[in-house]
Amino acid sequence: MTTLTLSRALNEGLRRSLESDPKVMIMGEDVGKLGGVFRVTDGLQKDFGEHRVVDTPLAEAGIVGTAIGLALRGYRPVCEIQFDGFVFPATDQIVSQLAKMRYRSQGELALPIVIRIPFGGGIGAVEHHSESPEAYFAHTAGLRVVACADPADAFAMIQLAIAADDPVIFFEPKRRYWDKGDVDTSAPLSSALPLDQAKIVLPGDDVTLLSYGPLVRTCVEVAIAAREDGRSVEVIDVRSLSPLDMATITASVTRTGRCAVAHEAPVYAGLGAEIAARVTEQCFYHLEAPVVRVGGFATPYPAARSEDHYLPDLDRILHAVDRTFAF
Amino acid sequence: MTAKTIQLLTPEGERIDHPEYPLGDVDIKGMYRDMVLVRRIDNEAVALQRQGELGLWPPSLGQEAAQIGSGRALSPKDMAFPSYREHGVAWCRGLDPLYLLKLYRGVNHGGWNPEEHKFHLYTIVIGDQTLHATGYAMGIKSDGIEDEAVIAYFGDGATSQGVVSEAFSWASVFNTPVVFFCQNNQFAISAPAERQSRVPIYQRASGFGFPGIRVDGNDVLACYAVTKQALRAAREGQGPTLIEAFTYRMGAHTTTDDPTRYRLASEVEAWRLRDPIDRVRAYLTRTGEADSSFFEQVDAEADAEAARVRAGCLALPDPPPLALFDHVYAGPHSILDAERADYAAYLEGFEDAGVAVGGGAEEGR
Repeated sequence: MTTLTLSRALNEGLRRSLESDPKVMIMGEDVGKLGGVFRVTDGLQKDFGEHRVVDTPLAEAGIVGTAIGLALRGYRPVCEIQFDGFVFPATDQIVSQLAKMRYRSQGELALPIVIRIPFGGGIGAVEHHSESPEAYFAHTAGLRVVACADPADAFAMIQLAIAADDPVIFFEPKRRYWDKGDVDTSAPLSSALPLDQAKIVLPGDDVTLLSYGPLVRTCVEVAIAAREDGRSVEVIDVRSLSPLDMATITASVTRTGRCAVAHEAPVYAGLGAEIAARVTEQCFYHLEAPVVRVGGFATPYPAARSEDHYLPDLDRILHAVDRTFAF
Repeated sequence: MTAKTIQLLTPEGERIDHPEYPLGDVDIKGMYRDMVLVRRIDNEAVALQRQGELGLWPPSLGQEAAQIGSGRALSPKDMAFPSYREHGVAWCRGLDPLYLLKLYRGVNHGGWNPEEHKFHLYTIVIGDQTLHATGYAMGIKSDGIEDEAVIAYFGDGATSQGVVSEAFSWASVFNTPVVFFCQNNQFAISAPAERQSRVPIYQRASGFGFPGIRVDGNDVLACYAVTKQALRAAREGQGPTLIEAFTYRMGAHTTTDDPTRYRLASEVEAWRLRDPIDRVRAYLTRTGEADSSFFEQVDAEADAEAARVRAGCLALPDPPPLALFDHVYAGPHSILDAERADYAAYLEGFEDAGVAVGGGAEEGR
């Protein structure tokens, strides 16, 4: 076991992928000499060269569009979108081209591309640097959408995403980049939890609390706080947003009878809505209460001095958990 | 035509030599045959749409020289990224026209193997393919390959799209082996080329740091020679070239369009005098390289090919219903897989379930 920050764990995972497959390449703004604005690609250009770790012109559609061409040529590009709010210029390439190429070609073409996106708030950033656009992509058939929450998963999931033959939108919780955790860098990738499976982070009996990305750690803190009220909270890191691992989720809710979902993205038409609908359909006779959602409001992401009100924190999530006991 | 426009064959069928674009030994009769066949297939597709057999068709009428000239300039290893009207280029790449009809009939979204024909899928979102072509060319360069190049097809309207400018930037700064072939057919549906750019399109290249050339897009010899040279430069490491093939869309944008609402019949008539096929026929006749039996034989071939395409189109089966779930992902996707199973069960609930689920492909038509 090695103790790594989440950012470093991603760096190690990327390094492994670059080492194991000569077709893997990294491309994005400032990913080379600078090592990325969050240093996730630190040192990789020095070790693998400018042709494998490519500093691109400043245009997100260009990054994804040329990555598609490179993938058609047999490469496995890993694109970095510098911040969540900057992915939108690339949305046409992602939604109209990347997601649909296999389908349009009747399976003749594969686009094994990973789009890494640091997402979420909590770092006091200026506008367009704190968004949670995951629902847009989960809504798009042909993409796999995942979010890592801790260093161990970051290390394994980035390698699994790169090895996948489908395009993967890979969300990284930017405010957790500096969180440390134990990572077994010697374990074979084949022993890692598959990319499309959820993970029970903390077992519990009374209520299932689902989240992904930056709020998983907060949810664990919620579970610890809830013990004072005598409530046993099962925390599940959903990890995969497309597809959702409903088997793990419904097994838990069937057991606990209660369910709350937390994410930073707006509650309205968010992943929580999809999870709530499916849990209701599949666990109806086991539910003691409606599925409760807690998340961002139906506002644009606010200015930094207001973000503590917008982001669900321990108290708001705990309040949501409490509401599942009010029926 | 301006003085800067490269032309090797006048509308009257006169050969002109150009010092920078020596023609060399070319199969002019072969070019003629290709253009006639492609026009005949194109006309047949329009007719099939009018008869309700295709959902849509974008005619290539008038653009045969630009497409056959550039398409024949490609070497077998070169990769082409078309827009959605490059029926002539598809022909040059050996793609059965039935694949194009499948797309516009709604049987699938293309479905041919792009690597097998070195001809990518049609791209309908305007300009997107220019970035794919550029990335593919980056890959060729990364591979250390020196005998392959890429050509990206797009139109005058696409030059207004940001992605096309991005492709120009990328191709230039990475010095990739790609040729940007813009068919300026004067219209983006109804919007004239002047609405897209205040400067001639080929001049835009200079701002990106690579050469731009305007060629008579109705002159198959000039399109061939200019493209051949640009591809050679690309392979030799000289980077991208923008070719503006100055042509005219003689037909509608697509079969849903009514061009009489936005252009004058007199303009269309003026362009008819510059027809890409007539001038080659005039040349071949005048030089005695071909006689009437050759032209009759080509016309007969064209009719036979059109008949084959028509029969093939009418015989295309509708896909079986559950095929719509295929090829979304490389592996399992629990949400999609559950939907497929649920829909199969739903269909099985009908009395004629066997036909609905299992027999769609064979018995649907």
